[in-house]
Amino acid sequence: MGFLGQLFSMAIAAILIQNFVLARFLGLCPYLGVSKKLDSAFGMGMAVIFVMTMASAFCYIIYQYLLVPYGLEYLQTLAFILTIAALVQFVEMVIQKNSPALYKSLGVYLPLITTNCAVLGVAILNITPLADGSRYNFLWSVLNGFLSGVGFTFVLLAMAGIRERLELVDMPKSMRGMPSGLILAGIMALAFYGFMGMKI
Amino acid sequence: MSFIKELTKGIIKENPIFVIVLGMCPTLATSTSVENALGMGMAATFVLVCSNIFISLIKNITPDKIRIPVYVVVIASFVTIVDLSMAAFIPDLHKSLGLFIPLIVVNCIILGRAEAFANKNNVLNSIADGIGMGLGFTLALSVVATIREILGNGTWLNIKVLPETYDPMLITLLAPGAFITLGFLMALMNMLKEKK
Repeated sequence: MGFLGQLFSMAIAAILIQNFVLARFLGLCPYLGVSKKLDSAFGMGMAVIFVMTMASAFCYIIYQYLLVPYGLEYLQTLAFILTIAALVQFVEMVIQKNSPALYKSLGVYLPLITTNCAVLGVAILNITPLADGSRYNFLWSVLNGFLSGVGFTFVLLAMAGIRERLELVDMPKSMRGMPSGLILAGIMALAFYGFMGMKI
Repeated sequence: MSFIKELTKGIIKENPIFVIVLGMCPTLATSTSVENALGMGMAATFVLVCSNIFISLIKNITPDKIRIPVYVVVIASFVTIVDLSMAAFIPDLHKSLGLFIPLIVVNCIILGRAEAFANKNNVLNSIADGIGMGLGFTLALSVVATIREILGNGTWLNIKVLPETYDPMLITLLAPGAFITLGFLMALMNMLKEKK
C-alpha cells in the first residue's frame, strides 16, 4: 500500500470507524457543551483541529527526544499536559497579536481546549504501541492528530445542525437540553456503528 | 457542622455528573461494568482528595496569575501516582480502564473543585469536599454502570442476577447504549426535580 492508500485508510478510520467522540468517548464536554449553535461549533472545531495537530507534533518530539533518551517515560502524563497548556497559551497569544479577526472567532474556545481530553488523548494514543507492536513515526502522528480533529469537527457540526432544529420541537420539559442531546448522540453513535464492519 | 455539610452536598444536591454535568468522558467510557465504574470512581476520588488537600495548603503562596498551571501540575503528579500504582497492583483493572486513567488529569471535576472550592477554603473542608464529590461521582458512575451491566450482560458485579432465559441487550454495553442510558437518567432526574 502506497502513501496515499495508507493516508486514505487512516482518514476513514479516524473520521468514521474509530471516531473520537462517538466510538472512543473523547472530547465529550465540548461536544455536548458547544453544539447548540452552528457557528460556535464551527469555531470550536477549527480550534480543536489546529491544537490537536500541533499537540501531536510537539508531544511526539518531547516524548521521542526528551523523555525516551533519559528514561523518563513515566512522566508522560505530566509532560504532555504541560506541553499542551503551554502550546494553547502560546497559540492564543500569537493569534491575538497577528490576527484579531481570527482571535475574535476562536479566542473564547482556546482556553477550553486545554482541558479537552481529545487533545491529551490523541497525544497519548500516538505514542501507544499499535496492534503489531510498532509505533507511529512523526509524520503519521501529526496526520493522526489532524485527521482525528477532522473527525471530531465532523460530528460536532452534524450534532449542532440537528440541535438547532431540535430547539423548535415540542418535547417534554424534562427532556430539553442535555437529556435530548445525549439521546441524539446515542442515535448518532448507532449510525456510526454501521461503519464498524468496514474492512480497509 | 460544616464538615458534614461539605461532605454530603456532593452526593445528591451537587452531584458532579447529574447536577453539575462535569466529567462526561469517563462516565460514558468506563461504565460498562460496575467493577470498572468502582475502579474509576476510586481512582478519581483519590486524586480529587489529594489535589484538594495540596491546593488548599498552597493557596496562600500560589500567585493568582499562574494558578491554573500550578493546579494542573499538582493534579498530573497525583494521576501519575495512581496510574503507576494501579499498573503495579491491579493490572487487569488498569488494562480495562486503559487510556482513561491518564485522562483523569483533564477530568473537569477535579480542576473544577480546585478552582471553585479548594482555592478558597481550609484544608479540613477541602478534604470533606473532595470525599463528597468523589463519592458522588462514584455513585453516579455506578448507577449508570448498574443499568448497563444488568441489561447488557445480565450480571451485577459479575454475579448473575437475571435468569438464563434473558437475552442480553448487547447494545447497552456499546457506545450508543452509554449515551442513551445517561440521557434517560438525566431526564428522570429533571422530572423528579420538577415534581418537587
